[in-house]
Amino acid sequence: MSRVSVVVIGGSAGSIPVVTELLQALPRHFQFSVIIVLHRLRNVISSLDTILGNKVQVITIREPNDKEEIREQYVYLAPQNYHLLIEADKTFSLDYSETVHHSRPSIDVTFESVAQVYASQAVAVLLSGANQDGADGLQAIINQGGMVIVQDPATAEYPAMPKAALERNREAVVLTPPEIAAFLRTLTQ
Amino acid sequence: MVVGKNMTVQNSISAEELEEIIILIQRQYGYDFGDYARASLHRRVIRCMQKAGCLTAYELKYQLTNDHRFFAWFIESLTVNVTEMFRDPSFYKELRQNVLPKLASYPAIKIWHAGCSTGEEVFSMAILLHEMGLLSRTRLYATDLNPANLDRARQGIVPLQYMKDYTANYIQSGGTNDFSAYYTARYENAIIHKEYRKNIVFAVHNLATDHVFNEFQLVCCRNVLIYFNRNLQNRAINLFSNSLTPLGYLALGMKESLLFTDVRHQFEVVNPAVRIYRSKR
Ligand SMILES: C[S@@+](CC[C@H](N)C(=O)[O-])C[C@H]1O[C@@H](n2cnc3c(N)ncnc32)[C@H](O)[C@@H]1O
Repeated sequence: MSRVSVVVIGGSAGSIPVVTELLQALPRHFQFSVIIVLHRLRNVISSLDTILGNKVQVITIREPNDKEEIREQYVYLAPQNYHLLIEADKTFSLDYSETVHHSRPSIDVTFESVAQVYASQAVAVLLSGANQDGADGLQAIINQGGMVIVQDPATAEYPAMPKAALERNREAVVLTPPEIAAFLRTLTQ
Repeated sequence: MVVGKNMTVQNSISAEELEEIIILIQRQYGYDFGDYARASLHRRVIRCMQKAGCLTAYELKYQLTNDHRFFAWFIESLTVNVTEMFRDPSFYKELRQNVLPKLASYPAIKIWHAGCSTGEEVFSMAILLHEMGLLSRTRLYATDLNPANLDRARQGIVPLQYMKDYTANYIQSGGTNDFSAYYTARYENAIIHKEYRKNIVFAVHNLATDHVFNEFQLVCCRNVLIYFNRNLQNRAINLFSNSLTPLGYLALGMKESLLFTDVRHQFEVVNPAVRIYRSKR
């Protein structure tokens, strides 16, 4: 497997505790970027970055500005009410187009964009959720040679999203949250 | 092309083909998308192909070249036209509390909405101005690249299904009137009353190729720059800077910034959270 440059995580209902667990497991100096896409309520002042930030104080979590450069050792959170895209020069682009699976940000949109730019250097992780977002995006990551992990539906508060993804993508690796955390730690060794 | 078992051949184009299409549009019709950010443009082109049933870039290019009506439809569908009334209530709250009171000292107020889409944003502004007693001496210029958006905006029509959300936004922005007093519901539509629209001038203006056309105390350009690369963002911001009166205000979308422009030092930040800037000159 080629060097991992980006870990992109998608989650919906029931995923925040898992995201927190994964971020807490990250070593202080990780040599990749983390991009997180979570479904959230529209036009509610977004304090998710502060919520996550308070629980995971050692690392910087930020909502990227448009055209901001993607850097190593940063955790980026997709801003509410925008899709988050990646340009070929590894900068972020925000997009205010139609919702996908009734969601903006949509996990599919970011996964597909990451697949285009990072190809085999991407790891995608799909967590708990109650809809179908992410399944197509994981397919795109696989097609471009990236690695795909799905949270074991038995451990998910809302198993529908991981289940849909697994039906669509037989190549996905199924892991429990502690196993995903352990895997992320191996990426830095 | 190797096709994996789950991969669809449908409606895909390569980065090179996208460049060819951009050049074709520019040569044939003069619309310049050369400095648009590629990630979203790529998605939009594929979306148009899906809608039109074009399977390959070759088919798309053929249609664009030979069918002018297809081209008109294509341009209308290519831009992202999604918009809302009182989107980002905290932004409108800041206008209400800090920006519009400053503009109240001018005998005549001029505001420019660049990239106004179907008008929801400029209607929201007109309502704010009305509530502050400023509308009658304000002229609002609302421009967009896409003529179909402007046609719709001129009719003052907003889909009724969204009015519930917009009412909630309005209240969150500090609005205290009965929001339904601003429109008439007719079938699936809400029609914004004419008195709130009569000071709005809608016109075509392309931020990639057109120039300064007037002077304003406030320019709003929200969620348009995200479709541009840094180069075109810089052009647009310079255009705005040259369109502002001394100490004029500039309002951008919540994730847009002046960071990648060469005039960033000519502005001071009025409120970083809602991206309102003020010209120092
Ligand atoms: C996502 S909408 C934003 C609407 C509104 N400002 C808002 O924030 O709700 C983007 C708008 O920018 C317009 N646009 C795109 N490129 C443009 C250009 N070069 N010049 C002027 N308008 C442009 C599109 O036609 C579309 O109406």
